[in-house]
Amino acid sequence: MELLLDSLFNGVAIGSVLLVAALGLAIVFGLMGVINLAHGELMMLGAYTTYVTQLIFKLPILKPFYNSYIIVSIFLAFIVSGVVGILLEKTIIRKLYGSPLETLLATWGVSLILQQFVRSVPLAYGTGLVISLLIGLFLPTTFSSKIKESINFKYFKFSSWIFAALTGVLTGSLISSSVSKLSRASARNVDVTAPSWMRGQIEIIGTTFPKTRLMIIVITLISVIAITLFLNQSAWGMRIRAVTQNRQMSDCLGISTEKVDIITFGIGSGLAGVAGVAVSLLGSVGPNVGGNYIVGCFMVVVLGGVGNLLGTVLASFGIGIMTDLIGAGRLLSIWPDMPLTLSNTINFFATTSMARVMIFALIVIFLQFKPTGLFPQKGRMVEN
Amino acid sequence: MSLSKIKFDKKIVLSFWIILIALIIAAPTLLPVFRLNLLGRYLSLSIVALGVDLIWGYTGLLSLGQGIFFALGGYCAAMYLQITSSSEFPNNIPEFFALYGVEKLPFFWEPFRSPVFTFFAIWVIPALVAGLIGFLVFRNRIKGVYFSILTQASLLVFFNFFNGQQKLINGTNGLKTDVTQIFGQMVGSESMQRVFFWITAILVIAAWFFAKWVVKGRFGNILIGIRDDEPRVRFTGYNPVIFKTIIFSIAGALAGISGALYTVQSGIVSPQFMTVPFSIEMVIWVAVGGRGTLLGAILGAVFINYAKSLVSEALPASWMFIQGGLFILVVTALPEGVLGWMQGDGPRNLLQRFGLKRKIETYPSLEINNKDKKL
Repeated sequence: MELLLDSLFNGVAIGSVLLVAALGLAIVFGLMGVINLAHGELMMLGAYTTYVTQLIFKLPILKPFYNSYIIVSIFLAFIVSGVVGILLEKTIIRKLYGSPLETLLATWGVSLILQQFVRSVPLAYGTGLVISLLIGLFLPTTFSSKIKESINFKYFKFSSWIFAALTGVLTGSLISSSVSKLSRASARNVDVTAPSWMRGQIEIIGTTFPKTRLMIIVITLISVIAITLFLNQSAWGMRIRAVTQNRQMSDCLGISTEKVDIITFGIGSGLAGVAGVAVSLLGSVGPNVGGNYIVGCFMVVVLGGVGNLLGTVLASFGIGIMTDLIGAGRLLSIWPDMPLTLSNTINFFATTSMARVMIFALIVIFLQFKPTGLFPQKGRMVEN
Repeated sequence: MSLSKIKFDKKIVLSFWIILIALIIAAPTLLPVFRLNLLGRYLSLSIVALGVDLIWGYTGLLSLGQGIFFALGGYCAAMYLQITSSSEFPNNIPEFFALYGVEKLPFFWEPFRSPVFTFFAIWVIPALVAGLIGFLVFRNRIKGVYFSILTQASLLVFFNFFNGQQKLINGTNGLKTDVTQIFGQMVGSESMQRVFFWITAILVIAAWFFAKWVVKGRFGNILIGIRDDEPRVRFTGYNPVIFKTIIFSIAGALAGISGALYTVQSGIVSPQFMTVPFSIEMVIWVAVGGRGTLLGAILGAVFINYAKSLVSEALPASWMFIQGGLFILVVTALPEGVLGWMQGDGPRNLLQRFGLKRKIETYPSLEINNKDKKL
């Protein structure tokens, strides 16, 4: 019984990391049909945001609030990745709707650029750049409608971008002069240390459990609930669902599909940032941190059925529990006196990499029987 | 892309061939051995690019897992070389086995003692694996991006498997070939590398003719039909599964040959050939060269790799930016690639921009329709 509980907890822990990483992807892929291979790199940005926030909270002014930096970084990571995602949508992905293979290649290009960017630009100036993007994108929307409709609006827009650039440079150099660790570019991995209240173990029904893992489960839970509420209760959520179901009809009914696309992509990317915070708690943060998750995330989305959040949730927990069962060779301890050949096979797969082999093979076999995943989209169509 | 493309002038094609063959003959004397070896490697990569072009450019299947077949071919060749030159090691088996306490050659490596078997294994095994993966995927009508994701997942499966199995295939370290012997000569020696360059050059041309033959005629037309409108092909009475499986196997075989040639020229095969970025790179060679144009695939593979080595020598950090930019550029601005652009309306449109050529007048309704298609 205890073993089973242990296995369940571990499985849920692995699954929740997968879930929070795949959630944004499920939204972008499921609702927009866009394959975002830069999703892993958006996660990486979120993880680096956590690192930068942590260092900034070590400054004397913010020192008293140090313990709460992780909460702040969740919001910041959402904003940073979301802004980068919105920019991505506005410049590249918008041109490629309806041709998913092309978005796949273009976003791969973006992911290469983002990886190299983190390697060769000091994090302080990276932060400055993100701040200027944030101001440049959102300052014009705060103007009163009188200015927006005036003929000189483009000059207002232009000057707001200049203001944004100046602020960006200023904050960049401010951070780089006050935090020495951020002033140099480096390809080395960095470490995020959890605040003191998150270190150590916690005891639940007889088994001990690391607090960071529990934190990740909480982050995942909140993200899932928030996104479900947003999609099902809010006005924009309804518009997003409408556009997903029938883009042309929604357009005719006066829904701005352009805005819906931006919001959907922004939220999907922002969730990648939140996933980045979770990932940064698990290990060191490097330019390649997101790449390790991206294929797993796609498998979750495909297995769960595209455009279905419940499927995504079930698929990620299923994969998580299976990974733990196979990778730790738990079947052996549950059933100690099994035949030798069987136990040899299980031992053969009882490593992290071989467990991955087994899981992917199982998923491919599963897709032989249900090619559209656990919860396929209903409807009549020949294809696509 | 339409079926009938504007054909190049016969004379241009002929002179192109003469220049190409002259260059290949002259290369071993003109280039230093290091550059010659690099050129040989890139030429061998152009064979895998041909395969990618066949499945992506002509059939519309974007495979992100060609690295599997590439590496399989490489492993077959490398294992044969290791086994034949292992007579002085204990138990007459390759040296690395001793490190992991393996005393007998694993049974599936046994046939690789024979050169004839290896010769066939290099392309038959990748073709069979590709056929199996392809059949399982196509049978369920999994297509488009799902196909891409599944091939990428299979790539990861193979990568993890090869990476983790020290006892069977030396795991992460891979198999070295440059210190092995073939026909009594060191594989890594200068004279042998020159021979490999010749073999590669001949095989690239042979592969090009083969691919040309494949896409010509009815078989090629059906492939293009599958790319442009698969349900319609099915409703016309063809079974797309068979055609897709065949072309995917052919691409796998080409990848295997390419991998074997690349391995003997680079001196090692390792699971690094099965990493995700390498397989996606293969796609960008074809995309830049021009998908749906076989020559474009070859030229794209050679030129991009040459540019990569030159840029990486000068500014190591900047290649990633350039490569990322290439991906974005080719998708947004040049979807048919350089050669496709030149064969299509590209040059004419460019000349129009500068007022050097008269604008083609079309019906306004045609333009509106085209705009709709893009959306």
